[in-house]
Amino acid sequence: MGETLRIDRIRCDGHGLCAELLPELIGLDDWGYPIFKAVAVPAHLMEHARRAVDACPVLALRLARPASETAPTTRVTAKT
Amino acid sequence: MELITLGPDAEGLATHRQRLGPLPGMPADQLIAELEASGLLGRGGAGFPVGRKWRSVAERSSGGAVVLANGAEGEPLSLKDRSLMAGRPHLVIDGALLAARAVGADDIIFYVGTEHRAAEAALRGALAERPADVRGRARIVQAPAGYVTGEESAAVHFVDSGDARPTTTPPRPFERGVRGRPTLVQNVESLALAALIARRGHAWYRSLGRGQAHGMGLITVSGAVSHAGVQEIELGSSLADVAAAAGGLRGDVEAVLLGGYFGGWALADEQWRMPLEPHTMRAQGLAFGCGVVHFLAARTCGVEATARIMAYLASQSARQCGPCLFGLGAIAAANRRLAGKTPQADDLERLIRWSGQLAGRGGCRHPDGAVGLLQSALTVFADDFAAHQRRRCLTIAEPARVAVA
Repeated sequence: MGETLRIDRIRCDGHGLCAELLPELIGLDDWGYPIFKAVAVPAHLMEHARRAVDACPVLALRLARPASETAPTTRVTAKT
Repeated sequence: MELITLGPDAEGLATHRQRLGPLPGMPADQLIAELEASGLLGRGGAGFPVGRKWRSVAERSSGGAVVLANGAEGEPLSLKDRSLMAGRPHLVIDGALLAARAVGADDIIFYVGTEHRAAEAALRGALAERPADVRGRARIVQAPAGYVTGEESAAVHFVDSGDARPTTTPPRPFERGVRGRPTLVQNVESLALAALIARRGHAWYRSLGRGQAHGMGLITVSGAVSHAGVQEIELGSSLADVAAAAGGLRGDVEAVLLGGYFGGWALADEQWRMPLEPHTMRAQGLAFGCGVVHFLAARTCGVEATARIMAYLASQSARQCGPCLFGLGAIAAANRRLAGKTPQADDLERLIRWSGQLAGRGGCRHPDGAVGLLQSALTVFADDFAAHQRRRCLTIAEPARVAVA
């Protein structure tokens, strides 16, 4: 399995460098915060993805193996 | 009535025991199996299977887990949790004790909304009636007012550090919660139902319900009905049943808000006979959620009612994540302009676009819930929104009556 992009939304400040370095996978919303077009990084974009991760000034973006998260989820809504 | 009391007073321990008998001493595994077989889904809003949640904490616990009984109830249209805690505190405590046994917890926290005074007093009084070994493991923590303070990571965060904002997940509380321990965050009604199922068995619970539905639960009915308030229903009851039990509708009703502010609008006519039951509702893109049923009078403008809700939800953002903070703020502003029939040229178009952009883009699911409600409004009140963009309103103007805390 390839790697996937993950973002810490609380940390992200909307600097937007990731979208500049990886426009194939990341766009920005009206306020400058990233919108992922896809999170799975194809091999030919891996280098660009690494660069985008390294460029994030607040270390909000990272690459992860999809299997690293197997959490059953209670995320239909916010409250439990 | 299993969960609601008719009188104003909290049920004491003697009455509680007399009515239900002692808590059964079944082993943890069997308890969890009963809950799984019962099909009980969580009643805080997410509707996650209760048995599976207990199992996921039990699997990670070596005796030092935490049970957080969630009675924050920040949903403005919901009253059922505070009513339950105020009336039947011992049933909630029973559920928490069972959960503690099932998941291997030595710390029980009752997380109660700070404004729910009667509920807190009842729980405090009920705990005082319990033996020292129970009192020693249990404590009450006041949940700060607000919509997201009851979100599970926010609840854990507050107990640990006094900050009731959600945290980045994973790890989720069942993996690493209060003081880093596996933590079961469970709504108080779910716990109360678990305490009934433990006594009577899963077959009893599944024998309840109308039509194809199984089980029972609490809902809060409000809006254009004669008697608003908490109702105990068999799952599978319809809006018609609920309205009748509330003394009937007051005037015509066009739309109904189901599941609370994280739920959505539906056309009352279309859903009048729909079973109020999580599975059916989910299949139709609706949410049972925390059991809110709010009837909107036909003379009330849906665009205005939605604008008030969006303003509230925007105000309740924890202001940590850009898409939630700025996105919900912009949505609330555009909706407000539309409601006031003073829109900018592309307000409706932007609302539609933004409603599809925010889900999954917050640290918690606050933006997801908010845009879910907005999307339902854009569908149910589509003609009205279009009219408002043209500076018209299809409803005979009268201020909306959605109560916003």
